[in-house]
Amino acid sequence: MTRVTASPPIARPRVERHATGAEAESPHPVKIATERVSLFYGGKQALHDVTLDIGSNQVTALIGPSGCGKSTYLRTLNRMNDIVPKTRIAGRVTLDGADIYAAGVDVVALRRRVGMVFQRSNPFPKSNFDNVAYGIRVNRLASSRGDLRERVEASLRRAALWDEVKDRLHESALALSGGQQQRLCIARALAVQPDVLLMDEPASALDPIATQRIEELIYELKRDYTIVIVTHNMQQAARVSDVTAFFWLGKLVEVAPTEQLFTNPREKLTDDYVTGRFG
Amino acid sequence: MKIDRVALTSARRRSVNVLMLGSTALCAALTVAALAFVLGYLVYQGGSSLNLAFFTRLPTPVGEPGGGMANALLGSAKLLLLAALVGVPLGFMAGLYIAEFASPGPAFALRYATDLLNGVPSIVIGIVAYTLVVLPMHHFSTIAGGVALAIMMVPVTVRGTEEFLRAVPPSLREASLALGATRWITIARVVVPAASRGILTAVMLGLARVAGETAPLLFTALNNRFWSHGWTEPTASLPVMIFTYAIAPYDDWHRQAWAAALVLLALVLTANVAARVMVRRPAVSPG
Amino acid sequence: MPAGGWRARLRNGDEVAHLMALLFGLTLALLTTLVAFELVVNSSLARHRFGWSFLTGQTWDPVADQYGAAPFIYGTVVTSAIALIVAVPLGIGAALFLAELAPRRISDALTLVIELLAAVPSVVYGLIGVAVLVPLMRQYVQPALQRVAGSIPVFTGPAYGVGYLTAGLVLAIMIVPFIVSVVREVLLAVPREQREAALALGSTRWESTARVVLPYARLGVFGAVFLALGRALGETMAVTMVIGNRPEISASLFAPGYSMAAVIANEFTEATGNLYLHALVEIGLVLFLLTMIVNAFARILIVVTTRRGTAA
Repeated sequence: MTRVTASPPIARPRVERHATGAEAESPHPVKIATERVSLFYGGKQALHDVTLDIGSNQVTALIGPSGCGKSTYLRTLNRMNDIVPKTRIAGRVTLDGADIYAAGVDVVALRRRVGMVFQRSNPFPKSNFDNVAYGIRVNRLASSRGDLRERVEASLRRAALWDEVKDRLHESALALSGGQQQRLCIARALAVQPDVLLMDEPASALDPIATQRIEELIYELKRDYTIVIVTHNMQQAARVSDVTAFFWLGKLVEVAPTEQLFTNPREKLTDDYVTGRFG
Repeated sequence: MKIDRVALTSARRRSVNVLMLGSTALCAALTVAALAFVLGYLVYQGGSSLNLAFFTRLPTPVGEPGGGMANALLGSAKLLLLAALVGVPLGFMAGLYIAEFASPGPAFALRYATDLLNGVPSIVIGIVAYTLVVLPMHHFSTIAGGVALAIMMVPVTVRGTEEFLRAVPPSLREASLALGATRWITIARVVVPAASRGILTAVMLGLARVAGETAPLLFTALNNRFWSHGWTEPTASLPVMIFTYAIAPYDDWHRQAWAAALVLLALVLTANVAARVMVRRPAVSPG
Repeated sequence: MPAGGWRARLRNGDEVAHLMALLFGLTLALLTTLVAFELVVNSSLARHRFGWSFLTGQTWDPVADQYGAAPFIYGTVVTSAIALIVAVPLGIGAALFLAELAPRRISDALTLVIELLAAVPSVVYGLIGVAVLVPLMRQYVQPALQRVAGSIPVFTGPAYGVGYLTAGLVLAIMIVPFIVSVVREVLLAVPREQREAALALGSTRWESTARVVLPYARLGVFGAVFLALGRALGETMAVTMVIGNRPEISASLFAPGYSMAAVIANEFTEATGNLYLHALVEIGLVLFLLTMIVNAFARILIVVTTRRGTAA
């Protein structure tokens, strides 16, 4: 299994937000920063003043009981909440220092840079090849047919799926197993060359072996991508992430290097949760 | 004594139970028997009158036996083609608007307009097509009949399109948007393809329905004993021929009417069954 | 992040697509309005000439240019009423069997058959009505009814075969499938807990159905009935072929009559004078308004019940 090494605490709790420029020299400079982000569905507030820095090229896990806002928070990072009617957001979210909610921001371009893998694998009812090629085609990334094929192959290799599908590229993606479908969705997300990969409980519907493959893949991918993963499975968070953030009732309770959060949390609430006293 | 009374009541209740449940079964059996009778009688009457000439020959003048309804078959095909070419794109785009773009207020209003249009009696649609096409052109035509049927195709297509677009799982939309596709590209390349089979089915059912419509054609496409050339002449159609021949006093025409009814019913029911089979095959099932 | 103004949005197609779709949405609204508009405009002569008395006038005489629509309204109402009296119990009974009693697979198969019955074109029903039902009514049913219930005025007079009763029966056969499929749908939306609660209290199957399930779904059932009524009111061909086409009001159900849709179907191409044509269009307008009200009512009832049914 993957071995987790604690990295310096670059993601800070909200209270001490006015940081120095220290993170610029850290091996994991801030990729995404959210400042006092609140989100409302109609009259209901789903997120309360969440302030969190996410370091690049590492895995940040969001944990918490269901309904705690961790998935909602994840979806603010690529503005997926935009498509839910009656949603209102307050606060600031920056990607490489640029406000992604500023007026005139090209949401489409944003989502190209911030890829997403969903809880249930959701391949399009197309062939394996066309699934991976979809994002390349709609974003016109390939210069030629050969280029397209190479990009699809590269993405599938990165997602550790190439060997399994290379002989059935033009068969329906719906014929793949659940775990293969999820890796296909990862390949599909990688194909548009994002910097950030958001994963919303990517292994929750999978069996242990398929889960293990996804986790290994996440470990592989963090060299090149910033990964934010939502999981309800604390062992999984402990296995794959460098930094863990604990959400409760729409609030960020604590964020710390994963090992520290699980072994020596600062907050009583976190301790109760990670030791299984509730949730 | 007490126990006896309980036993007595429940025996009565049991027999009421059996009696009433039995009568509901009888109702169902009667209804199904009606279709069996319609089908059986048509096959019996129409089958004996059906021959090759029916499909290849023009109608003969009164008193002259033989002949067929080739012109009516072609006329019906032309009318349906017009109905599909005009009504389906309009209905599809309007359905797309309701399902994908409209905010709740306009969506409600358009849905209401669709229901209203769907409930308009077909004979009234005929009047409207008459005032819109026949009056300005000063004569009956294939176009006028096609317009009448096209108006009837619109609400069917709108509702089918909206229903099946909405049935596309949100996860597919999200996957596409998350890959940096625009809303329009997402609709065009993911949502509509995923819903296409359902929409096609709805369109097919709609076409099957208007294929049998007679009332809106009576004073738009009218009828024609000969071939109808182009689109501006009156044309014969299968349903209008059935009507004309059925109420005429000639036995020979009655036989032709039965043959035509059998052909029409076969077409309509085949389209219905095919559409149902199509929609029942497992469609998109992600995950 | 490249900033995208309206120019960029226009380029990426979203706004263009939105605009295009909006255009067709407007066309749909326009089309529905156009239907009402054409009916109103093209009936103006008759409306101005006769006013409200058009609805009550009993004389329909194209030669004297005198038009009253009462015989047609009467015929439409009477035939639809007969159709409902026959079809509602039959349809609800069949739907109860399909939703409550029959095993799911048999229910689905029978429902398919019944829905196919709804797809049979109206002119085919008319043909069978003319060829089978009319002689049957003339030779057997009407004389028998007269013997049994001849003292009631509605069952008197000569047996023509064609007439209100025959038209009503053909209509009944045509609307039963609608009632069955909508009522079945509504019944299936009744939560299972309702049935189980009734059964657990010691009800028989029938008692749970009659006292719990049907009352629970009653609004939806009424909706189905109104929907069927909407179909019956506007039905043209089958009625035209068997109602007898005589513009007179008769108390006897055996007598030939006329309906709104039928007179339009028969006389529209013969309407040479402008007033004649406008009178026919006005009948179409009345028919349009009538079905509109009935359908709106049905839609509301069905929406209310199915929503409550699934929400519970």
